[in-house]
Parts: sequence; C-alpha cells; structure tokens
Amino acid sequence: MKPRAARRRRQSIFRRVVLGVIGLFFALPIVGMVEFTTRAPGGGRTLDTWVTLFDFSVIDADYPELKTGILASAGLTVLTVVIMLFMLVPTMTWVRLRLPGLRRTVEFICLLPLTIPAIVLVVGLAPVYAWVAYFLGESSLWLAFAYVVLVLPYAYRALDAGLSAIDVKTLAEAARSLGAGWPRVMWRIILPNVRTAVLSAAFLSVALVLGEFTIASLFSRDNLQVAINLLGKRDSSLAIAAALAALILAFIVLFAMSFVGNSRRSHRPEES
Amino acid sequence: MVPLPTPATNNAGSTGSGQGVTVTLSDLRRAYGPVLALDGLTLDIAPGEFVALLGPSGCGKTTALRVLAGLEDADSGRVEVGGKDITSVPTSARDMGMVFQAYSLFPHMTARQNVEFGLQLRRIPAARRHARAAEMLDLVGLSDEAERYAHQLSGGQQQRVALARALAIEPQVLLLDEPLSALDAKVRVQLRAEIRRIQLEVGTTTLFVTHDQEEALAVADRVGVMRAGNLEQLAAPQDLYSRPATAFVADFVGLTNRLPALVEGGRAQVLGTSVPLLPGSAQSGTATVLIRPESIAVTSDPAGRATVVTASFLGSTGLLHTVTESGETVVAQIDNDAVATFNPGDKVTLIPRPNPALAVAAE
Repeated sequence: MKPRAARRRRQSIFRRVVLGVIGLFFALPIVGMVEFTTRAPGGGRTLDTWVTLFDFSVIDADYPELKTGILASAGLTVLTVVIMLFMLVPTMTWVRLRLPGLRRTVEFICLLPLTIPAIVLVVGLAPVYAWVAYFLGESSLWLAFAYVVLVLPYAYRALDAGLSAIDVKTLAEAARSLGAGWPRVMWRIILPNVRTAVLSAAFLSVALVLGEFTIASLFSRDNLQVAINLLGKRDSSLAIAAALAALILAFIVLFAMSFVGNSRRSHRPEES
Repeated sequence: MVPLPTPATNNAGSTGSGQGVTVTLSDLRRAYGPVLALDGLTLDIAPGEFVALLGPSGCGKTTALRVLAGLEDADSGRVEVGGKDITSVPTSARDMGMVFQAYSLFPHMTARQNVEFGLQLRRIPAARRHARAAEMLDLVGLSDEAERYAHQLSGGQQQRVALARALAIEPQVLLLDEPLSALDAKVRVQLRAEIRRIQLEVGTTTLFVTHDQEEALAVADRVGVMRAGNLEQLAAPQDLYSRPATAFVADFVGLTNRLPALVEGGRAQVLGTSVPLLPGSAQSGTATVLIRPESIAVTSDPAGRATVVTASFLGSTGLLHTVTESGETVVAQIDNDAVATFNPGDKVTLIPRPNPALAVAAE
C-alpha cells in the first residue's frame, strides 16, 4: 500500500505543478495588463481607466474610434454567427441525409481555412471585396463574409460532433412520416437535438470574431481590435483595458460553453 | 371518435376510420446504380390486412416499404392507397404511420410529446391531443411512462412508444420496418404478439418488413417472400410453409431436406417411399424433392439405411441429423424426449410421410 500511496502523492504534486505553470502562463499577462491599467500618474493605484472604459458618454465623446470598433465588432459577431448557422446547419444536415458521399468533401472544404494564413486570405479576397464595396458600400459589416470563412473549421467541428450524436436520418424520416415538412423537421426535430452544438459553434465564432485583427486591418475596416490598436497610439492604458475587457468577455463566452446543454443523466431501465 | 384530419397537403385521402384501406404496388422498379432493388414488384394488400415481407438481406423488402412510405422514389411503377395514386405524393402528406428499425423517438421530447407530435402537426386541439396520446400509451401499456424521455426507456418501451406515435395519427397504413430486430429474443416475442393484438384492435392495413421468418409467420395474415427485388410467393403462413411455390421459398422458410427422387405421375419416389407432389413440381424424370424435417418419420432399426450423425435437443422438439448410404444428409424432426434415445452411429430407417412435397428439376 505504501508505494501506491507515495505514487498517488507524486502524481498529485505533478498535477498541481503542471496546473500551476499553465495558470501562471495565462495569468501573468493578464495580471500585467491589470497592473498597467491601474497605474496612477503620480504612483499608486487608480481605477480611472476602467471607469472611463465603461462610461459610454465619455467613450462616445472622446474615443469615437473605440465606439465605432465596439459597434462594428458587435454587428460582425451577430452577422457572422447568423450567416454561419444558416449556411452550415442545413448544409451539413442535408449532406448527412441525402448526400453522404459528399461528407468528406464538405469537411475538407470547411477545414481548409485552417491551413490558409489570414494574409493569403486577404490577398484572395481583395478583388471580391472591391466588388462587395462597389455593390454594398464600405461598411465594416461586410467583413462578416470573410469571418464566416475564418470560423468555418471551428463551427464545422462543433456542429459535426452534435449531428454525429443523433441519428439524423431516422429522426428526420420519422418526423416526415408523421406529417412534418422539411422546415418543421429542421426547426422542431434537428435543431433542438443539436442545440448544444449550435451554441458551441456560435460561441466559438463570437470568440474568434472579437479577437480578429489581421483581416480588418489589412482591409482598412473598423473593428474592436483595429480600434484598440489605434487607441494604443493615443491612450495606451485605455487600449490595454479595452483589450483586457474583450479578452475576459471571450473567456466568459468560452467558459459558458461548458455549462450549456449539460447532457441529461442517462438511465436506461432493464428490458421487461 | 371523430376521425383525425390528415396533413394539410395530403391529397391521398384518408378514411381516418381505422378500418384500413387497400394498398397496391404495381410494377415497382428501383435501381441503385447497377443493383436492382425492386424488379417489377407488384403487391396487393386488402383493407385491414397484415402482410409481412420476408427475405434475405438485399432482396428489396425494405426498399418496397420505403417506396410505399415515400422515403424513396421508385424509378417506375405506381403506388396506390385506397384506390388513389400517391406515387408522387410527398412522405409528409401520405398519412402513414411508421415504426423504424432504429430507435426513432425524438430525444428532446417525452413519450407523451412524441405521441402528440403528429397530432400537433394536424392542429388537433390540446385537450383532444392529450386524450389521444393517453389512449395510445395505454394501448401499448406505457401509461406510467408518459413523462419519460427516450433515454429513460428500454429498447422495447421505445418501440412501443414509436408504435403508439405511429397509430396516434390514425394512419391509413401502418409500416413496420424491422421494428423488433434491435430487441432481445424474449422482448421480441412479447412485442410481436402485442403488435398483432393492437393491429387487430385498430384494424389498420399493415405492411411489416422482417428477415425473421418466425416473426413473419407468427403475426401476418399473409407473408410475401422476396428475392432479387420481386415476390417469389405471397400466401398465408400455413400455405407458405406447407405448400412452397418455389425451391427458394422452401429453402428460405423453415428447414428443408433436398433429396434426389424419381418423379412420375404427380408422385415422387423418395427414400424408398412414394410421396404426392405439389402443383408446379417437376413432371417426370429425376428431380430434387424438398421435404420438411417434420415430414420424415424416424425409427431405430439396426438394419436401417441411414446413420445418426447428431441428435439435437431444441426445447419443444428435437432434430436428428442423419446420413444415408448414398451420402445424402437428411434432417428429421423428432420428439424432444426421443433425443436421448439416439446416439451418433445408430442405424435408423427414414420414412417420408405422405405430405405433398415440391419437386424441382435435378441440379
């Protein structure tokens, strides 16, 4: 018993050390950001920067670029999630139901953006966006089309896991045999059963869009990260506070994912 | 009870009376690439009749059922229900209840909500919907499980709820696609008897697809044996078993001995005994006669021309595997208490009983 107890103790210490190192790796920059944003001009600590950040009248008057960035990112987040879900959920469901032979191809296409650097994406998308700007105007919101491509691999993985967990074909056929048309099958049967996957895909997309800088910057469009970058040249403390707030929001969103749609406790009685 | 309305888009018509309708499949063809799943299948089902389609994997029985349900399109042919052509009517408007081989309850709904789903689509008022769901769950013996989710029900209970869900909409036709195949043996036997009881009670025309011959013979009014996309024979279970139309049917349904024989004048000489032949048998010359194990009597006889290979105890009966002097293997059914009296190497005499048998041209 003694060697086993000693081994357990060693494993426990090892786990704590690993967790501690990882915790430090993540915490140190955040602590550094907090420390920087709470510095008072004459020494000591102040929450002035944070008060300013959450005082929307001040932001509106004195930091319009930040306000524009926040609004653009909020709009981009919503638009990206909506386009992604409307495009991906029906497509993936249809492929599973009717075109299973195309599943690998769709997966390959969806995962492809992982291998393409953002700068290459921008080079490829530049001529397309010239036309987008020509037809739809210069709004930053149209970046959502590029962001949908960017979030595709993560959203695909999340939705694929959800759809794999249910027998889409049988459930759809059962609903149809009872009188449901395709829209009802999607809304009443498929979506409720992949709700967790849909939320995961949405949350991942939100986190990704909130942190995106390269594409927006290279296309000279406004979003939160571009605004923070600009703000950094004028008020570095407020810029860091905004970056930290965005980071914490993304953390909260990702953290919420683990609590969404906790699976029901399974209890299957014996045959009788 | 007032008949339930059919889905809004339904143009197939509905009796809603629970008395059943005629179903006619005419010359159905369906190919998957080079594989012909249905090759001119024609089938008529009478109102309220329970027909089982039986056959080996890939014979087209499930395809036939799915074409009737509208889940597959036939390349050609017609599907008629209640005298109306529904070949191009979508699944959702066909007004058919279906129970699937895989568990198909909607996981996010309780048993009651599952049963009510089809009624909701038909815009049945809540009070009537609840009453109908309760009635159906009571019919399948699951009133106490109404508020349970699929993952809280056993496989047998899930299939019962699926049956209640299919019947709740008062379908014109009930389609059962191997609904018992995922269940263990004891539950299968219980549930198949329940399915038959309920079908007789509600009187819905039913098509049941299975690869289990015992299941088909036990519950159906008529059994259709399919092979290569077409019906080999459609007959009452007793007729199918005792009067098979083809060698394939005789081989597929139950055990059959294939014995060489000399055929003449509607009779065959088999194992030294003359047996009458079924219509459609070979007329003369050497042939192969298909004889059931229970149609062969066995007696212990030291001078017998057959030797016991094994004697198997099967519970209610026994099987004796023997080999004749000429090398043919013959299986005979014996009483279960006679199994112990036979040992490998014992000599026996085999005498075919005078039951009509099928003779096919010698292979």
